[in-house]
Amino acid sequence: MKGSEIIIESLKAAGVDTIFGLPGGMVIPLYDALYDSDLRHILVRHEQGAAHMADGYARATGRTGVCVATSGPGATNLVTGIANAYMDSTPMIAITGQARSDLIGTDAFQEADITGITEPIVKHSYLIKRTEDIPRVFKEAFYIASTGRPGPVVIDIPSDMQLEDIGYKPAGRLNLPGYKPTLKGNMKQIRSAATAIAAAERPVIYAGGGVITAGAEKELLALAKLMKIPVTTTLMGLGAFPENNDLSLGMLGMHGTGYANYAVTHCDLLLGVGARFDDRVTGKIATFARGAKKIHIDMDPAEISKNVPIDIPIVGDARDVLGGIVAELRKLKRRPKQTAAWMDQVIAWKQKHPLHYKDFKGSIMPQYVIEEINRISKSDAILCTDVGQHQMWSCLFYTHIKPRHFISSGGLGTMGFGFPAAIGAKVGRPDKIVIDIAGDGSFQMNIQELATAVCYDIPVVVCILNNGFLGMVRQWQELFWNKRYSDTVISCQPDFAAVAEAYGALGMTITDKKDVSDAIRTAIKARRPAVLDFHVRAEENVFPMVPAGKSIDEMIGGHRT
Amino acid sequence: MKHTLSVLVENKPGVLARIAGLFSRRGFNIDSLAVGITEDPDVSRMTITVDAAEHPIEQVTKQLHKLINVIKITDLDPERTVARELSLVKVSTDAKTRGEVMQIAEIFRARILDVGKKSLTIEVTGTTGKIEALEQLLRPHGVVEIVRTGRVAIERGGK
Repeated sequence: MKGSEIIIESLKAAGVDTIFGLPGGMVIPLYDALYDSDLRHILVRHEQGAAHMADGYARATGRTGVCVATSGPGATNLVTGIANAYMDSTPMIAITGQARSDLIGTDAFQEADITGITEPIVKHSYLIKRTEDIPRVFKEAFYIASTGRPGPVVIDIPSDMQLEDIGYKPAGRLNLPGYKPTLKGNMKQIRSAATAIAAAERPVIYAGGGVITAGAEKELLALAKLMKIPVTTTLMGLGAFPENNDLSLGMLGMHGTGYANYAVTHCDLLLGVGARFDDRVTGKIATFARGAKKIHIDMDPAEISKNVPIDIPIVGDARDVLGGIVAELRKLKRRPKQTAAWMDQVIAWKQKHPLHYKDFKGSIMPQYVIEEINRISKSDAILCTDVGQHQMWSCLFYTHIKPRHFISSGGLGTMGFGFPAAIGAKVGRPDKIVIDIAGDGSFQMNIQELATAVCYDIPVVVCILNNGFLGMVRQWQELFWNKRYSDTVISCQPDFAAVAEAYGALGMTITDKKDVSDAIRTAIKARRPAVLDFHVRAEENVFPMVPAGKSIDEMIGGHRT
Repeated sequence: MKHTLSVLVENKPGVLARIAGLFSRRGFNIDSLAVGITEDPDVSRMTITVDAAEHPIEQVTKQLHKLINVIKITDLDPERTVARELSLVKVSTDAKTRGEVMQIAEIFRARILDVGKKSLTIEVTGTTGKIEALEQLLRPHGVVEIVRTGRVAIERGGK
């Protein structure tokens, strides 16, 4: 059996049925083996698209996404996608072709040291040097990518290793002496956490993407309900806690809700779970939840006390640990402190500082488009986004109620992520309505994947909130740079609907508020790829906003004070 | 404060690059680094000296632990550790000064490795302090070249 066929067998052994990629010289043998296999291969138009599709597929399904590229430029085109998966802890395998092993190091045609280039942005990587290592490497790679704190793993395979004909021996038992993720939380720590929670008068739970990775949303809901604790989520955590529950505070941080930021600032106990106290969440570190005892549950020990000192650290799987805490709390004899007064305060903040925006007559407000998508999809669509203002409006004005239904580039902030991620999500969850909210700037960064969506008939609905600006940077320029709109005005723009039609997708331009809902409905019903170009109010800002370096309760705009 | 980390790693290609890369991208400084195989040929040991003044040693070790090829990390307790470095020093000498340099070397239990017309090469093993003291004394004679290994360290046996 040839190395290339062993790769296919190894992928199947890992349960893979779909991969995203684009062939090139150094993966011709692999693609030759694919030709005879029953693996589904989605041919992309740019390798970055393949990486984001694998990422979106993984986030929507919880399975490991796989992308393939050739050596050199194919591999380097994956780099942004790999970095994106690394920052957001997505399980992903990136397979790259490499120059023939005897040519490595000679600056051969299309040779790039991809394991070296990606070293800082992978969970692990392999350069295969012996064909017989392929089954073992693939088994390890899938295990590493998908367990513990997930992340991308690169497998670089020289072309001669793909060609060599050897016998196929399935991988033996895993032997990774240096990799043993801690799943079970320490019981003593779990008990201390339960005691601290029971003693708290003003507790807040701050939940991140780790809750979704662990599938811990039931345990989170149980804990919040049992103790009447309000819950705020990070961008990555949206969907981990149902926002239609009274205990939900929505998102916190730089563009968080006023009430989430006030609650975190004034709480006496902060329970962080599967979140990493990122600077977009904490604002000024010194004042972040300054009076609170802090519990931090995380899979990754290196996240604990990295940015904010923690009183009760618990390393482990969020589901196991939260379940353990709930069990301990149920056993407690003493009646826990009542949080009723605190909940009254939280409700008062919600009433006093609700999310809102001013409706300008004659304009389509971008927030309104999101609200309509929310209403029409009954909060049940998988929502993907690019990065910028439209992303923050998607966080704020959509009701996130289910995990794995909001797919957005959180850590790296990759423009151009949303559309290919939506394609990947739709491939993984064909039963769901998948909507990509895009900006007119970011959509153009991977617009070529319209060909992929049309070619494979992947009915994703793209909603462009077109304001003619690189809106988030423009907003910063307006607020902090004296309205000097340096290169954020997109004066030259294609007719997006016409572009969509040219690719064979449905294209619509919407300039009147009264046409918004119909357009969304039509696009969903069309069951083919669609691009809706909403011309929204140009200089609308995302509020509330915590200016860089300020405490998160020092918000400007958008919340009544 | 200086810490000596004794890091057991899988003896595989690219491990040193991963560790060096981790230190540089997280902004940790390596004072010295020594690598060699252990009693188990599949396992190598890296002895890394780091200054923990700027970065908490805990972050360094936790980040190191995340590397798949890192098996075990021990932050060696100086009280319970024997540490050594080796230094090769080429000193300019002539017929007049050779004797004095050799005397200094003898006091430090250093060995003369090579004698040339205009220089003498000395090998010295010991703690960082001892090596630096010797270098200080040799400097007035004109040190042509110094080659130092990183520090290697081992925990003392039980008493």
